Amino acid sequence: MSTNEHVHKKKLTDPPKTIKFKIQRREKEGADAHWETFEIPYRRNLNVISALMEIRKNPVTADGKETTPPVWDMSCLEQVCGICTMVINGRVRQSCSALVDDLLLATGGNTITLQPMTKFPNVRDLKVDRTRMFDHLKQVSAWIDLDGTYDLGPGPHISSEVAHERYVYSRCMTCGCCLEACPQYSEDQYIGPQAIAQARLFNMHPVGKAEMDARLNGLMEENGIANCGNAQNCLQVCPMSIPLPRAIYETNRDITVNSLFGWLKK
Amino acid sequence: MSSSSLKIAIVGGGLAGLAAAMRIAEAGHEVDLISVVPVKRSHSVCAQGGINGAVNTKGEGDSTFIHFDDTVYGGDFLANQPPVKKMCDMAPQIIYLFDRMGVPFSRTHEGLLDFRRFGGTLHHRTAFAGASTGQQLLYALDEQVRHWEVDGKVHKYEGWEMLSLVLDDHQVCRGLIAMNLQSLELKAFYADAVIMATGGPGLIFGKSTNSMTCTGSAASACYQQGARYANGEFIQVHPTSIPGEDKLRLMSESARGEGGRVWVPKADGDARAPQDIPENERWYFLEERYPAYGNLVPRDVATREIFQVCLEGHGVAGENQVYLDLTHIPAETLTERLGAILEIYEMFVGDDPRYVPMRIFPGVHYSMGGLWVDFEQRTNIPGLFAAGECDFSIHGANRLGANSLLSCVYGGFAAAPSALEYAKNVERGTTETNGLHDAELRRQQAINDGIVASSGGENQYKIHEELGKVMTDNVTVVRYNDRLKATDDKIRELQERYQKISINDSNLWATQAVPHARQLKNMLELARVITLGALNRNESRGAHYKPDFPTRNDEEFLKTTIAEYSAEGPTLSYEPVDISLLEPRERNYKKSSH
Repeated sequence: MSTNEHVHKKKLTDPPKTIKFKIQRREKEGADAHWETFEIPYRRNLNVISALMEIRKNPVTADGKETTPPVWDMSCLEQVCGICTMVINGRVRQSCSALVDDLLLATGGNTITLQPMTKFPNVRDLKVDRTRMFDHLKQVSAWIDLDGTYDLGPGPHISSEVAHERYVYSRCMTCGCCLEACPQYSEDQYIGPQAIAQARLFNMHPVGKAEMDARLNGLMEENGIANCGNAQNCLQVCPMSIPLPRAIYETNRDITVNSLFGWLKK
Repeated sequence: MSSSSLKIAIVGGGLAGLAAAMRIAEAGHEVDLISVVPVKRSHSVCAQGGINGAVNTKGEGDSTFIHFDDTVYGGDFLANQPPVKKMCDMAPQIIYLFDRMGVPFSRTHEGLLDFRRFGGTLHHRTAFAGASTGQQLLYALDEQVRHWEVDGKVHKYEGWEMLSLVLDDHQVCRGLIAMNLQSLELKAFYADAVIMATGGPGLIFGKSTNSMTCTGSAASACYQQGARYANGEFIQVHPTSIPGEDKLRLMSESARGEGGRVWVPKADGDARAPQDIPENERWYFLEERYPAYGNLVPRDVATREIFQVCLEGHGVAGENQVYLDLTHIPAETLTERLGAILEIYEMFVGDDPRYVPMRIFPGVHYSMGGLWVDFEQRTNIPGLFAAGECDFSIHGANRLGANSLLSCVYGGFAAAPSALEYAKNVERGTTETNGLHDAELRRQQAINDGIVASSGGENQYKIHEELGKVMTDNVTVVRYNDRLKATDDKIRELQERYQKISINDSNLWATQAVPHARQLKNMLELARVITLGALNRNESRGAHYKPDFPTRNDEEFLKTTIAEYSAEGPTLSYEPVDISLLEPRERNYKKSSH
């Protein structure tokens, strides 16, 4: 196989001299949102975060007005912590892996638009509060209930296939892309794909199965799995390519089977 | 709080902090867990390759003692040996525990845990979950601690940054002051003991493989309040990182563990695509120079070789880069065992490493040094403990790959009972009513107020950039005394300029400016510890290499560097290393038996 087939990325051959970042600003939660545009010189290998760092150093808008530096969250910069998620050119994604060249190639222009996620409280500028996603994990008992953490020998035998399938779900970094894109999720009235997939992850484990009832009950509450409208937007935006609709389908199946057996057991 | 229930404050929610929190909650006591980010987003997620433990499933005759020997030898005999031995003995249990917690470790055909090779050993000793092992281990502890949170044993303070310890008149730690990163509100935390689990200080070097939270700020605050800081000069530069504008992204050692080969074209400046360069025109310099370990020599060795090859002008296209080549391995195998890291490369560089050799260069990665602790994870300040990368205890002069996840968990597991034992016996007295905490809180508030009021015109981010550059240029792979001296002068100049910073954010709600200014002050202090420790150590050992002193000098420097804070700068002293279990011997990775 020749090299070129695997150098997937189209390179930006004729970069602009400067790039504009149109950023949605908000002083604090509840304040009115407004837009500010910043202009920085083009450099190779910029991602959205390095551009924001450049702007932060000297926050002056494109028309020369001194302003406050935009605030955003960042940590790992390797798309594995999930914290830097925002809406970039209308699409929810991590800003660390949003490469400026790719964004310019896709739009053909030299302006990049940054907005905070819209489904979570907007702390300031591009920063949001996703605490509720961690609360959702409590609702579905997303853990293995251990006898204790002292030395009790190895865990159960698990086939390579099951380990693989669980690994895919276990990569979820609670970034919130699935909730941002879900048409059913707005005022936190639906637990959403993230938590359902985590319930699936633990229901698949030979020991985790023991708490399956608690997890499924958590998903049968008012904000539960029944709210899914099967739009499958979550699948399109998940940065870890987690098969979220499959988790929802399989969990629904577990609920059906479980309620049937539950009824028979009575 | 009932009288029998103790309160331990843990700073940091990565692997070490969560491991300690889980053990303390399990013992029936309460934890205040303080973390700058939601704990699930801690830097431990970045660890890729795996976790070491001599489970010996491959019929290689591996043992926890060989693991111990590899670790001490890999660390060039600078580590105190007893805690290293305890860690290696505990390692198989730790892996089994994570297995029970549901970590989706990669498995063999039979459904058992699989193990792969890593640097500095000849055994398959590294358990792994694809190539995102740190993420998977962190999540397992995050889940367990969430369970304890629901049970009311763990109280999380996420989005809070520790600013200082609360010490009483006898230098006993009674709690800490932390700042809410949204409101900038300060809060005093009362605690019977405090465990620091705050990770490494990579951001002192500007760009590193570390997360943006890894400033070393909290550990530096402890140092400035009297905690001893040990072996600060030992900074690991990882041989294979992907240079970037904002950070250096890690390319895991597991790429070489799975057979990756490092090479450069034999002809300098060879302009051909790597696939078009025939085998006999490639220089596999690690394999040639280290026939026994080849590409799996320890990190300090690989880093120096790559650095030197590029310095001599043999880098790919004459630049600071060499090839890390996986293309001889079937694509399906690579996807299964290394998928996550290959995706990172593809995402940020644009080439598919299954078919195109990666271009990599060394990058600052890990601090072997950290807060001094005894064999029970106790710092010299009564009531203050440390675990994980922020403590110095395990890795000596160089850390072996896949030992970091292990040392984090071990450190947390060792610190928890040690802190509880201390807390049971400490006299509480009038700690909560004597005004100690209020006084410290006011002192910290005054510092914040000073930062907001300061208007000298210096830019804090510019100072940070200059610090990162001078540290990376002079205090990483190769070190010269004149340049170390000049670096210290530069840091002191930056400290002067720091006094004149003006923050550029008039909106203090959720501002990054005030927290960054606090971190920067602490980074500058710690930078001096690292630099002067390096200046004073006139030998070469592990990651610390001085061409003017090219060999290890056990007679003078088989010693732990201890830095203690004074207003004029760090005061250095040395204490002997506990070598009670293994006799120091020359480190030589050209041959297989050590």
